[in-house]
This record gives sequence, C-alpha cells and structure tokens, in this order.
Amino acid sequence: MSTAVAESPADIKERNKKLIGEVLEAYPDKSAKRRAKHLNTYDAEKAECSVKSNIKSIPGVMTIRGCAYAGSKGVVWGPIKDMVHISHGPVGCGQYSWGSRRNYYKGTTGVDTFGTMQFTSDFQEKDIVFGGDKKLGKIIDEIQELFPLSKGISVQSECPIGLIGDDIEAVSKAKSKQYDGKPIIPVRCEGFRGVSQSLGHHIANDVIRDWVFDKAGEKNAGFESTPYDVAIIGDYNIGGDAWASRILLEEMGLRVIAQWSGDGTIAELENTPKAKLNILHCYRSMNYITRHMEEKFGIPWVEYNFFGPTKIEASLREIASKFDDKIKEGAERVIAKYKPQMEAVIAKYRPRLEGKKVMLYVGGLRPRHVIGAYEDLGMEVVGTGYEFAHNDDYQRTTHYVKDGTLIYDDVTGYEFEKFVEKVRPDLVGSGVKEKYIFQKMGVPFRQMHSWDYSGPYHGYDGFGIFARDMDIAINAPVWKLTKAPWS
Amino acid sequence: MALRQIAFYGKGGIGKSTTSQNTLAALVEMGQKILIVGCDPKADSTRLILNTKMQDTVLSLAAEAGSVEDLELEDVMKIGYKGIKCTEAGGPEPGVGCAGRGVITAINFLEENGAYEDVDYVSYDVLGDVVCGGFAMPIRENKAQEIYIVMSGEMMALYAANNISKGILKYASSGGVRLGGLICNERQTDRELDLAEALAKKLNSKLIHFVPRDNIVQHAELRRQTVIQYAPDSQQAKEYRALANKVHANCGNGTIPTPITMEELEEMLLDFGIMKTEEQQLAELAAKEAAKAAAASA
Ligand SMILES: Nc1ncnc2c1ncn2[C@@H]1O[C@H](COP(=O)(O)OP(=O)(O)O)[C@@H](O)[C@H]1O
Ligand code: SF4
Ligand SMILES: [Mg+2]
Repeated sequence: MSTAVAESPADIKERNKKLIGEVLEAYPDKSAKRRAKHLNTYDAEKAECSVKSNIKSIPGVMTIRGCAYAGSKGVVWGPIKDMVHISHGPVGCGQYSWGSRRNYYKGTTGVDTFGTMQFTSDFQEKDIVFGGDKKLGKIIDEIQELFPLSKGISVQSECPIGLIGDDIEAVSKAKSKQYDGKPIIPVRCEGFRGVSQSLGHHIANDVIRDWVFDKAGEKNAGFESTPYDVAIIGDYNIGGDAWASRILLEEMGLRVIAQWSGDGTIAELENTPKAKLNILHCYRSMNYITRHMEEKFGIPWVEYNFFGPTKIEASLREIASKFDDKIKEGAERVIAKYKPQMEAVIAKYRPRLEGKKVMLYVGGLRPRHVIGAYEDLGMEVVGTGYEFAHNDDYQRTTHYVKDGTLIYDDVTGYEFEKFVEKVRPDLVGSGVKEKYIFQKMGVPFRQMHSWDYSGPYHGYDGFGIFARDMDIAINAPVWKLTKAPWS
Repeated sequence: MALRQIAFYGKGGIGKSTTSQNTLAALVEMGQKILIVGCDPKADSTRLILNTKMQDTVLSLAAEAGSVEDLELEDVMKIGYKGIKCTEAGGPEPGVGCAGRGVITAINFLEENGAYEDVDYVSYDVLGDVVCGGFAMPIRENKAQEIYIVMSGEMMALYAANNISKGILKYASSGGVRLGGLICNERQTDRELDLAEALAKKLNSKLIHFVPRDNIVQHAELRRQTVIQYAPDSQQAKEYRALANKVHANCGNGTIPTPITMEELEEMLLDFGIMKTEEQQLAELAAKEAAKAAAASA
C-alpha cells in the first residue's frame, strides 16, 4: 500500500517538500505563509525539527487543539481521585468532556473517589449578570454535605469566570477556613487563555505550587521517608498506564510515593516534596512543577519512556543510575524477567507488522514516545506532530524520528487529511475526531489519546496489548472489503 | 408613525437621566406614546417619571424567579407620568458580575415580550461610560437609531462626547445608527455655547439645544419630579419643551459622526482656553512661586 517502498531519504524529503507545497496551495497567501512555518521534513543533519510551535491557530482552519480549561480540568486536576473538581461556569464544558479521558482509579465512586462524576455550577444568565461567587459557595457547602469523604475541592474556571471577574480565590479561602483547612483550590484556567490546552497545564502546575505545596505545611509530618522514594509525574493512568509502570518501579526496589495524577490523591501531591527522585513521563504537561520541585526542594528529575521494550529497558537503567547498586541490580532483574515475554510478543506480531508505516498526531509526549514501541514491532513512523508542543518538545523529538520524517505542528483537519491521502500510511494514530475520517478513507486507525478504550500501553504489560491492538487495526479483514466492486 | 428609538449617552453625572426624563415628559404632553428603558444598574432613569424609585428591575426579578424566561412583561413595566411606560434593566452591585450582559438580557427580554409595541418612542438612558459591549447594545442593529449626547463645556464631557461618537461610527454602517445631535447641559464654563457648537460641527453634527443650569431642576428632583411636572410654567420647563420639539422635529436628520483625534480635540480645548499648554502651566506655576517668594521676603 505504501508509496514509499525503497525510497532514499533524499527522495522522501523531496516528496514531502512537494507535498507540503501542494497542501499550502489551498490557503490564501497570508495563511499559507503562516502555516508553512509549522510544516517540515526532519533533516537528520540539523539539531531541530525546524517547525514553529505554541502559536495561535489561524481562524477558519479546523484545529485539533483544546482549551486551557481542558488542560487543567481534563488533564492535570481531573484524575486526582479523592477531590471533587467543579467545572465552574456553564454546563457544556464539563458535560461534553465528561469521562472522555479514561483515567482509571481505585475507590468507591461517590463515596471516597469522584473521578467519573461530573460536577458543574451550571451557570445561568443571572449568574453571569450578578456574578457566581455566592453560587460557588453554595455548591461547596453542598459538596461538603453530600460527599464528606472528599479530601479537597478544585474550582476549574470556564471562560465566563474570567470575563465577569468573579473572585473565586476569596470564596475558596473563606470556605477552606470554614471547613477546617480543607484544600479548596481555585484554578484560573479560563478557556480563552493561551493558544491551546498547554497553558492550562502550566496554570494547573502553578496552582499546585501555590495552593497545595505552600499550604500543606506540616500536615503530613508523620510521613516516613525511605532512600528509594520516587514520584511518577505526568502519567494520567489512561487505561491503567500508571499501574503498569508502577509495578516495574516497585519490582526494581523503588517505593512510589505519588502518582501525578492518574489514580492520584491530594495527599500524594502534598507528600511529593519528600521524594528522592521525580520521574517524569509527560514532560509537556508537568515539567513546570518538576522544575519547581528541583529548585525549591532540590529533588532531581529524570524523563523516562515506558513504551516498548527497547525504551523501557533504557529508561529503567537510566532511573536506576540515580540510585545505588541494589536498585541497579533490581533494574537488570526486571529487564531479564520480562525479556522472554517481550520476545514472545515480538515473535508473534513482528511478522504481521514488519515494514508498516505509521503517521501520528497526538498531544503531550506520545508523538515521539511511542515511536520506539512501533520500531520494536518493525514498523516505521513516517510522520508525526503535536497539538500543543513547544520548541523543547520538538527538540526532544529529534532523538526519535528518522531522517525525512514529515513533521506537522498544530496540523489542521485539511492538512492532515491531505498528508494521509498522499502518504497512504498503513496506520494513523490520532484522536476520536480524526478516527472516522481516516477509516472512511480506508486507512486503519487507532486512537492514541484514549487507546481506543483499550490499554494499558505503558510498561511491559502494556506492550503486549499495544502490539495486539495495532495488529487488530492493520490486519483486520475488513480492509480487504473497502474496494468498490466496480473499481 | 414609525417607532423612533432614541438614546441618551454622555459622561456620568452630566445630566442624562434628568434631561431625558424632562424631554420625555414634554414629549408625552405632545401626545407621544413613550417607553423608557433604563440601562444603568443604578436604575434611576425613570425615577422622575414614576415619582418613586423603580424597585422591580428586569434583572432583579429575573434573579429572584430564576431566569428572565420566567418573567411577564407586566412584572417589569410600570406606568408613570401621563402614561409613560417605564422599565429598568437593573444589574449587579458594583464590582461583581457583568452589567453589560445584563443590559443585553434585559433589552432582548423587553423586545421579545412586546414592550416595543404600541409606542411612538423608545428611549434608552445608558450608564455614563460605555465600558463594554453590553452598554453599546442600544447603539447596535435594530436598537436606538438616534443618539443624543449630553455634554457640557468641561474637558471630560468633551472627551466622552468624542468617544461616544467613535462608538456610533463603528456601528453606523452595519446598523444604521446616527448621531441625533449634542445637548449641552450648562455647566457655566467659559465660552460654553461656542465650544459646544464648535465640537458639534467637528463631529459633523449639530447642537440640538443649550439647556441652562437652573436650581429648579434640583427642587423638582427632591420631589422626584421632572420640572415639567413640578413647575410646568417655569422658564426651565419651557427649555425642556423646546428641546422636546427639536428632538421630535429631528426625525431622520441624524448624521454619521466624524470623531476627531485626541490631538485635534486637545488643540480645540487649547483654542478655547479650556486646556493649557505645558508652557502656560509652567509659566503660571513660576509666577505663583515668585509671588509666594515675594510675599515671604516682604
Ligand atoms: N440643567 C440642570 N440644572 C441644574 N442641575 C442639573 C441640570 N441637569 C442635571 N442637573 C443635576 O445634575 C445631577 C446629575 O444628573 P443626572 O441626570 O443624574 O446625570 P447622569 O444621568 O448623566 O448621570 C442631578 O442631581 C441633577 O439634578
Ligand atoms: S474554551 Fe471556554 S467555553 Fe470552550 S470548553 Fe474551554 S472553558 Fe469551556
Ligand atoms: Mg443617569
């Protein structure tokens, strides 16, 4: 199916360059000029992807981005399971994003955990005109009464809150005082702020710094440290990812004291400054707080990648290198233990997937992190891009991509369709909005935000599932039926 | 007669509510059917017509009932002097919520519920400083067609008049709003009439009327009445009647304003001696200090 058989990198680059030119032709001059800066072909001789990023999308295009509220409520705060997160403002923002992130957690929903519930202040016209502070206070009272085991409340601001100037900080402080210092945390993540969900991550990180760390005080003085305490940062436990990661760390002898934020708790956040090492999976959404903990508490951090055995192996060793021999041996033991399992997965699926070409377009870290897992299966990523990356993400991407890879930042619906149409990869990995378009074009597809309701994909356990899912998508018999009988 | 929608804009405290209510009281005497839409959270646009402060504003009732959809027109419309229909948008206390959105909500409610039927005039009295889009609502499409700017010879009133003209210009092509004219409400500043006429000319408009300052206005106000009602035979009542006649005759004569630049405006103020140049100010200061020094040494 691929057109790229036996092409040299020079051919590919030439073809991609032409393709980008063709795609840009559809735009008015000004837009074409602006979009041109976000599209490129990776040149291995250069130390960067050479695309512009973290810039406002052009009006009129179909961007795949989200908003700051989505970044804070949906990504960073939402998974913290023992808190109630209020979508503060009109009903839609929370209602239409309800349950879409698949952050698994343990607990009794509605009693001590609240992850799959949707709380909103459901603003009406009168709340806009007269302000919503009183209503917010009332909601907090009701939450306190209905869910006394909730360990905290966050107020996730939707757009109107910033427009009408409600003082959610004052309400939060007053209510926190009324409820004996219960964390009640106002987040100014109004959707109109910034160019994408990325600013929402940053705002959410800053709020943890100011409203969790700075206020925790000696609350958890009873916490007993060990030399092997680590915190998992930036794993949202999509389909159980953080669990599949955690067991490996524990097996090598580390103690995981916090998960940020998949299946996490407010107490874990409060305890994290006691970690010996922060291990960071999603750099984009949580580098801010990780750097803060380094500066303020002297906690070093290391990035890791738990997609596919090659990267897992390297990451386990990298993490172990920050500890003593006991942990280093532990890492080797873990690697050795899972080796046969991984070899079996590869033996089974590689023959079915070898040489297949993939195009990705996802969020925080996956556009680069999953490349190794595909390569472990003999597959090749020929195009990748991020919704809301910054320059440092594209720098990191250069360590993953091959010469000639098509790079597209904040790709528009039109561009992505055209790219896929011309490149004809064997698989596209992106989100639900993209899924049906490409499947209708006859191109196999996997959702790479939600793992298409599967997962986990992290860790050794995840790799087997990942391999199976890619096989299901690509080798489904249905694709043999997509040719019209008359053509 | 086709419905005429007029609005009074101008700097806070300049006399919009007073002037508009007196003008409307005179218009009702001329047999016109009138609806007042107060667009100021203070809700004092109908006080002199109702002889009492309106308690039931659209937004306060909506807040009590749950939403505007729960209200009936009768709940929010009170009848005042000689049958003038009075409504007030109302709004939040200062510093909370969004009063601008409140104005939009209230006007839409009134229009949808038939308040605009069977009247000759709808008159909007709008909060002094047009702070956000909500307060520009009456200027926008299908709302006020003629804007009357209440001003005086004071610097800030002139700035405001020019800024409001900018707002009108912005919507003039899309909605057909026009500047009806300037109403100078006397503040007894130097060469006030000349200045008002000069500004009107610059703005491609005209001075509709020069309303003298008169204590009788306050006497009437203390009794929550217009001058027309309180002292119908007074000279001031005649002035408001004259103004009402001119407004009535001004139908269709509005213009698209030509707001001037800050520099032009300041130049004008310098010409009229309202504003002093820096050199003048420095010279005056020096003279003052010299006099002080002379007094001290003497
Ligand atoms: N022509 C006038 N002579 C004397 N007082 C006046 C005159 N016009 C207005 N005032 C007084 O000025 C004050 C402010 O007027 P008001 O109509 O409330 O201003 P606005 O509605 O523009 O804020 C009132 O107390 C009013 O009595
Ligand atoms: S952009 Fe604003 S209105 Fe839209 S989902 Fe985000 S917070 Fe809600
Ligand atoms: Mg007024």
